[in-house]
Amino acid sequence: MSPKRIVLRFMAATADKPIIYQLIRDYDLLVNILKADINPRKEGMMVLEIQGEPEQYTRGLDYLRSLGITIQPLSQDVQRNETRCTHCGACINVCPSNALYLERPAMTVHFNEDQCVVCMMCVRACPYKAMEVCF
Amino acid sequence: MAVEKSLAAINARIKSGKVVVLTAEEVIPLVQEKGVREVAAQVDVVTTGTFGTMCSSGAYFNFGHTRPRMKMSKVWMNNVQAYAGLAAVDAFLGAAEVPDNDPLNSIHPGEFRYGGGHVIHDLVARRPVHLRALAYGTDCYPRREINTVIAIDDLNEAVLFNPRNASQNYNVAVNLSDRTIYTYMGVLKPHLGNANYSTSGQLSPLLKDPYFRTIGLGTRIFLGGGSGYVIWQGTQHCPQSIALAEGEELISGGTLAVIGDLKQMCPEWLLGASFLGYGASLTVGLGLPIPILNEEIMYWASRSDADIYAPVIDYGLAYPAGNPEPLGYVSYAQLKSGTIELEGREIPAAPLSSYPRARQIAAILKDWIQQGGFLLSEPVALLPSIGAAPSLKPLHEKKPEVNSPNGRGGQARG
Repeated sequence: MSPKRIVLRFMAATADKPIIYQLIRDYDLLVNILKADINPRKEGMMVLEIQGEPEQYTRGLDYLRSLGITIQPLSQDVQRNETRCTHCGACINVCPSNALYLERPAMTVHFNEDQCVVCMMCVRACPYKAMEVCF
Repeated sequence: MAVEKSLAAINARIKSGKVVVLTAEEVIPLVQEKGVREVAAQVDVVTTGTFGTMCSSGAYFNFGHTRPRMKMSKVWMNNVQAYAGLAAVDAFLGAAEVPDNDPLNSIHPGEFRYGGGHVIHDLVARRPVHLRALAYGTDCYPRREINTVIAIDDLNEAVLFNPRNASQNYNVAVNLSDRTIYTYMGVLKPHLGNANYSTSGQLSPLLKDPYFRTIGLGTRIFLGGGSGYVIWQGTQHCPQSIALAEGEELISGGTLAVIGDLKQMCPEWLLGASFLGYGASLTVGLGLPIPILNEEIMYWASRSDADIYAPVIDYGLAYPAGNPEPLGYVSYAQLKSGTIELEGREIPAAPLSSYPRARQIAAILKDWIQQGGFLLSEPVALLPSIGAAPSLKPLHEKKPEVNSPNGRGGQARG
């Protein structure tokens, strides 16, 4: 199975559950935490990249849902606003995964969502606020 | 026979619809194929373009008089302060001004989400802008405060007036320090992690007439999507040519002061910009037509990215300290390839000014001229050429004398 990127949102009550440990041990999944904002007794969110057997992946996600965690695919959440983008290039070198790249010789900026690791550097570095990330 | 054309003859060809206009990009392969003389005879005008962030920009306004009258002494537009030390209802808004309550860099790097450049963009986009003003009150101007909403078309005047735009050439910024830095040249990673540059190279206006043979006071230009004029050399105008190894030369230092009616400009070509950790600014679309009066002008207008060089400067230590000795020189062809070589290493390079937008500006200007709606203007005086402007002076700090107004004022308050 190719790696899948998902956004988890959880309630204050589930924020202290060792979900990563369970995903790895019980479902044999390869878990990469791309972003996390978790605080004890507060609502939280986490962006994960998960790889594993499709069946185990489905069961793992069912386990998360059973805890009341909502799951969204990440691809819906990272967007480039094409009307705002001026193709200046300020984002190119801050992008660690080459998801943002220049097409030569046109020198236009392109965004490959599949490569994005949601580090948010482009969101901060874009002078025109053309990179929009909403979880 | 050497080619010699007059501006009047070119304008006559524009009016008769026979003018031949090419963009600075289009003319390069043509000159490489046919030679300078033949193309100089064929082509009347070469158009250039740049779309980059230009902090030394702003706009002045006349808001119209209030009833009762008011001599506005402090003015804010969308919470961004404009300079009002002018006549009653005049003010100048600078592109780099930020709101009084902006967190700035208190949590570094600050975001600078809104500033003077954004206000200018909002006005041009026909959005309502909040105007707040204070005054101390006089017999002739008794009113002391106003809170209202303005729109650009309601103002008597809204004029874009940029004291320094269209830098001829610019540094390639790198970072030799051991931490990430946040500059007006973008985010620079430590230990030469990346290189940022900010001109449109072979499309850049002042690199295509580097000796200022055609550019002067009154030159009509593309400015912010409308037409504007060159009105003076820009601040820090000091064009120079420095011989580099391998017979190449570095041309840099020229700038323009420009002006134009903000009301006829477009939001697409005047954009508020936010530079992480640095500040707010305005990105300006500017294009200059170069009349091909002779072969020399054609030669310079046809120089390509491979012929045009920029200095590489360390923004980690040397630039902020004020000792920007170049680490090396690279051509725009190298920069645009995406990798430059420096100190035996390959460094990823990226632009900050939009090449696709610069190309679009040159094409729009070409179209305006071909359609007959944009005649070239004869400059009243040319701007100082390479070597003709006084060299730039640094600010020397001096201790104020005790009897000077500043010295005495300081003591009295102390």
